Amino acid sequence: MIDIGANFVSELYKSLGMFIPETVLVVTFVVAIIMDLIFRKYKNIAAFTVLAGFFVTGYTLFACNSSGYAFSQTIAINPFSQFFKFIILLTSIIIVIISFLSKELYAENRKVGEYYSMIAGMTFGMFLICSSTNLILIYLALETMSLSSYVLAGYTKEVKRSSEASLKYVIFGAISSGIMIYGISIIFGLTGSFDLLAINAKIATGNLSIAPLLVSGIMILAGIGYKISAAPFHFWTPDVYEGAPITITAYLSVASKAAGFAVLIRFVLLAFATPISQTQPVWQVFAGIDWKLVLAILSVLTMTLGNLSAIWQTNIKRLLAYSSIAHAGYMLMGLVIMTSAGVLAILVYFFMYMLMNLGAFYIVMLIANKTGSEEMDDYIGIGYRAPILAGCMVVFLLSLTGIPPTAGFIGKLYLFMAVIDARWIWLAVIGVLNSVVSLFYYVKVMRNMFIRGTDKTEEPLQFSRVSIVIALILAGANIYFGLWFEPIVRWVNECVKSLF
Amino acid sequence: MNEIPQGYYLLLAGVLFTIGTIGVLTRRNAIIIFMSIELMLNSVNLTLVAFSSFFGDSSGQIFVFFVMAIAAAEAAVGLAIVLALFRLKKTIYVDEANILKY
Repeated sequence: MIDIGANFVSELYKSLGMFIPETVLVVTFVVAIIMDLIFRKYKNIAAFTVLAGFFVTGYTLFACNSSGYAFSQTIAINPFSQFFKFIILLTSIIIVIISFLSKELYAENRKVGEYYSMIAGMTFGMFLICSSTNLILIYLALETMSLSSYVLAGYTKEVKRSSEASLKYVIFGAISSGIMIYGISIIFGLTGSFDLLAINAKIATGNLSIAPLLVSGIMILAGIGYKISAAPFHFWTPDVYEGAPITITAYLSVASKAAGFAVLIRFVLLAFATPISQTQPVWQVFAGIDWKLVLAILSVLTMTLGNLSAIWQTNIKRLLAYSSIAHAGYMLMGLVIMTSAGVLAILVYFFMYMLMNLGAFYIVMLIANKTGSEEMDDYIGIGYRAPILAGCMVVFLLSLTGIPPTAGFIGKLYLFMAVIDARWIWLAVIGVLNSVVSLFYYVKVMRNMFIRGTDKTEEPLQFSRVSIVIALILAGANIYFGLWFEPIVRWVNECVKSLF
Repeated sequence: MNEIPQGYYLLLAGVLFTIGTIGVLTRRNAIIIFMSIELMLNSVNLTLVAFSSFFGDSSGQIFVFFVMAIAAAEAAVGLAIVLALFRLKKTIYVDEANILKY
């Protein structure tokens, strides 16, 4: 029972103090809509409001050092959630900035105010996911994020494929969240609680029947797996990624995946496992269900399906969609082994993945701005028509493959090291084989850009100086963090410790 | 007093959920698909209320309110998207939305 007294009020004040970044985001969302309505003449007013709001959020995120539980144990503020919030916020800022340069978004006097305010709303949902430890809140936050992303995927509504993508997204999304809450209701029936820690304590006693626990666990994994586009639940990914505006494709592939991974790690480790000891950072799964094997199967399916399907793609957005499915598979490997080294590897990998994936989608967007096409065949000769951007694209693609000295190599290195340390050799072998397959289709893009069609003499493409500078910054970051990764690892290490 | 056993509620909810899932998988009309999704969500609500009254714990019933609100929001967004597609293609059959594949 909650007692409504002085104690409750002071508790509420303390919780609100930890909730400042989220509060700022909600205010940003509302103010952006109002500004857009008042100053109708200025097209980008909402964009600048949202950008300013994001910077304030970032400041409060850094200023807020306290960690602990808020709002009667439904929200956990700790370095682990701060890490994912930082990734999501950085992605949101980059997406807002590159949206200014998107031609498809600013086509013939479309209003863009709602677009930017929806991004703020989606960021709020993802912030909430990162720190929720209660199944009610996890569901609500997932839906807050999803509802905004359905709208954003169909934002260019006069484009047929955008509307179609959005319809597929909303139908698949509604089904998967329906399955997820059915799982939640079964877990509630088994344990009598929505709180992950209370569920953990109930499962630890070991007198629950296994079958319903397995079914409900898999149902909830289906809902979360949909967000990270893990294999049996990935059907929507290529269609939505191809149909949605490129900026939103990039956003979904990084930020919404980050939120999905944050909640997946928290859910699996908090509800179904328990840390053995502080000194030996390994999680023990409760007897009865082999969650490690379930996750391992998911991981292998995801990366193999993603990589093998990517080979046949002729549309570069679709190719990157399948490649992002494969990357989700690699990252799942880090969760399979359930050691702190594995979680550390996921977090490091995610930081690097953000840099390379955003960069690749950014170049695709710039080239589509000029050529109006995302087909692989239209990339023939791009290396000579836009040498700087094509060079940056090569860096991003090498990084996605995981070739030194790029950021992607460091991510893969930590991941495979953790997997081999935990003696999951067969999993590591499958992961390496998959990386080799992925080299094939990434090189195909590079070959189209530089080696094929050298005889063609089309005029060079002109890009604004700002867009080239942003591309160079992203490419530079990919190489910089490939060589100078110590601080990232040290920071991530702190975050992983807070999970215990 | 003759109370209905708890298992009956769960059985009904399970049957409703199955009907909803089959409806989603087999129907072509986008609006009927959304109706089937509502059926799935309502079966969840029934399960939650049944467990909640069984435990004498109100948190399940509170969750039901949230689920209902989300379901309404989802239907609103979903129907708006169906409308946007209808304006372009003059159809609400999902199998005719087939530009994007493989």
